[in-house]
Formats: sequence, structure tokens, C-alpha cells
Amino acid sequence: MARITHGLTTSHIPAIGAMIDQGRTTDAYWQPIFAGFDWTKNYLDEHMPDVVILVYNDHASAFDMKVIPTFAIGCADEFQPADEGWGPRPVPVVKGHADLAWHIAQSCILDEFDMTIINEMDVDHGLTVPLNVILGNKDNSTPAAWPTRVIPIAVNVVTYPPPSGNRCYALGEAIARAVESYPEDLNVHIWGTGGMSHQLQGPRAGLINKEWDQRFLDDLTRDPQRLRHLEHIEYLRETGSEGIEMVMWLIMRGALGESVTELHRHYHVPCSNTALGHIVLRKEEPELVAAE
Amino acid sequence: MTRTMPRDVAAYLAEFEDIPGTRVFTANRARQGYHLNQFAMSLMKAPNRERFLADEDAYLAEWPMTEEARAAVRARDYNAMIDCGGNIYFLAKLFSTDKQSFQDAAGSMTGMTRDEYAAMMIAGGRSVEGVRSKKDALAAVAAVAEPLSAPTTDTESN
Repeated sequence: MARITHGLTTSHIPAIGAMIDQGRTTDAYWQPIFAGFDWTKNYLDEHMPDVVILVYNDHASAFDMKVIPTFAIGCADEFQPADEGWGPRPVPVVKGHADLAWHIAQSCILDEFDMTIINEMDVDHGLTVPLNVILGNKDNSTPAAWPTRVIPIAVNVVTYPPPSGNRCYALGEAIARAVESYPEDLNVHIWGTGGMSHQLQGPRAGLINKEWDQRFLDDLTRDPQRLRHLEHIEYLRETGSEGIEMVMWLIMRGALGESVTELHRHYHVPCSNTALGHIVLRKEEPELVAAE
Repeated sequence: MTRTMPRDVAAYLAEFEDIPGTRVFTANRARQGYHLNQFAMSLMKAPNRERFLADEDAYLAEWPMTEEARAAVRARDYNAMIDCGGNIYFLAKLFSTDKQSFQDAAGSMTGMTRDEYAAMMIAGGRSVEGVRSKKDALAAVAAVAEPLSAPTTDTESN
């Protein structure tokens, strides 16, 4: 049986990808940003997943204004890096897991989550930067091939309204049910990406709210039920217009069930316009907890 | 089912107007900026970028945009483009075509110089204090102003 064992989050700041591509990850500004991922890379030496379900938002790359799916799942065998205006990033093609992806799509739809099925899609920095920081080489360079398969789940957080945090959390629960009903023995991770506080537009650009971000990180373990009930207006006011991306983290959190252990946290300001947040959570099996 | 959001569209949208210095990409803006955003999307293809940079006016004339939007693009005025319904993730294709970083593009909308904005970010970013709400900011100003104008003047509190 396939099982979700860990949930990770990370911001996906495009400048991180640019620094990797330009070999500048040891610059004084960037060194601490990358160093915060070393723990995770070492941990994955022993815990590499077979498949990552990667929840991210497309930044007007695969989807333009013509079609705006709220929840879309990539069911293709592979996904090419997108050209976002400066040429495609020099990163490997992303290998999908079409069989599990189609299984999740079918299971979620029967579970009343009407996913949009995507068979052809280029993936932008929202997906490739998280792959780089978590699965990149230990010198931060890009590997020749990604070491795991990836199922992209794209969430609309650009055109309003995005889905509510509660809906995202419930989708995570549905994804977990789908994975658990897949017969092959697979170690699956689910990643939430984007965030944390940042505003990229208007006179209020540059907004950062460390206290709010830290409480959000704390409550991923302490009080996830509070997080699922946050309204959009609170993200916008407190964390900037692009802080809304954190609803995607709740899909990750919903998929992990009640009990999790925080294994690692990395929070750094600034990374370009953004507060970078990275956390590693391990799912705890309720029966094991009860038996102890 | 748990209610976690306003279900009334007008009430949901009205809250956004209270955030200072921020334009949320609502349906109205998405409709207004459709062709501006689709123009920006077209710059994801290298031949289009070359054609645009070679003759911006001719390229922009191919898109059914308002003159105001075309002027905003030519001036690289990102606040004006957002006022025309542009969305920053679409407009990112334009500043990427210009080889401008996201930090410099975002900073250009704040009225600060490039260096001032970079220094603010290094120092921890813009504080949320005082920029959460237009109503709260006005109330704070009124609270400070009140003792000065009292007791003879009527102070409009809004």
C-alpha cells in the first residue's frame, strides 16, 4: 500500500533558481538561505520518497487567463521546465507518476473533489525551485536527473477567489485517502510550497510579518485546526497580497492527519521580496502513538 | 459544513478595498486587464520577445488594449499597469524580458529608490504596523488630531 510519510513546505522564490543557475549560492546574501536546507538534504539520504505530491501555484506559465482551474493535477509522464521570459531554467525534465496521479484524480473526484486533469503542462519556478532546494546536490548545484517522481498539483492563488484554507485542508485529507487506496508499496511525500509573508505589488510591496509567519509555522503542529479556518482577508492584511499562497500549505497539512512531529525548521528574512519558510513534518501513525 | 469564508461575493470583495497600497486581482480586474495580461504572456516565447523589443509600438498595436495600458507598458509603470487590470505574475514576463529582477520591479512600485527598497528588505522588510487597514489608519490619525481640534471644531470621524 502506498503511504504518505512526510510533509514538507518551502517557499519558491524565483531568485533562488536564478542563483543556482548562476552558481552564486555561496554569496554572503544567499549562503544562509541555502544552508537552512542542508539538514533536509542529509535527512533525505535515508528517507528519499518514491513519489512527491508537489502542491504549487503556476505563475501564469502553463495557465494563462484563458483557463483558470482551482485544483489541477498533472497526470503526464513528464513535465518540461517553462520559459518564463528569460528562457527555460536549465533543470532536468520532471518525471511524473501517471498511474498514481490518475488514481488520485479518480479517487478525489469520486470523493467530491472535482479535479482538473492535466495531460500536458510546463512547470515554472513554483515547482522547480522547491525541487532544487530539497533535492539539489549538496553543493546546491542541479542534479543531472531528479531522484524521485513528482505529481504536480496546481492551485489557483492568482485570480480571486482562491480556494479557502478549509477546502485546501479537506483536499489534503482526500489526497491521503486516495494514496492509501493505491496498491503499490510507495513512500510518498506531500509538499506545500509558496509563502511566507510577501507582497510583490503596489506601494505596500516588501511587507514582511515575522510574528505571524512564526505562529503559522508553530500551529502546523500545535493547532492546524486554527489555520484551516483563517480567512483570505487575514492572509492579505497580515502577510501581504502574495502571502495567500500559504493556503497551499494546508493541503500538505491536511494530508498528514492529526498527529505530526516537526523535524526541522528554516525561516529567513529576506530572500528577495520574501520571508522564506521551510519546515519538515513527519506523520505519526495513530495506532503507534496509542501503543507507546 | 463549516463556514470559514464570507459566502456573499460583494461582502468578500469589499474587505479587500480596505487594505492600503494593495490591489487584489479580483474578477473585475481580471476582466479589465485580460488583453494586457495575455500580451504579457506572449513574451514567454523568445521570437515574441525579440519582436517586442525591436518595435514596442507595433507589437502593442496587435493587442486590443486601451491606450492607457499601452502607455503604462511603454513607461514600465507597474502601478499604472496594475491599475489597468494587470497582474504581477503576468507582468513578470515583461520585466523578465527587460532582464529586471523581481525585487527591482516590486521596489519600483513603492516610491523608494532601488537601494532604499533593498535596504528595507535587508533590515527585515516593511512592517505591517500601520498598513493593515485604511479605516484603522484614518481612525489613528483622527485620534491624534482630536485633542488639537477640540473643543470648538467638529471633527469628522470616518
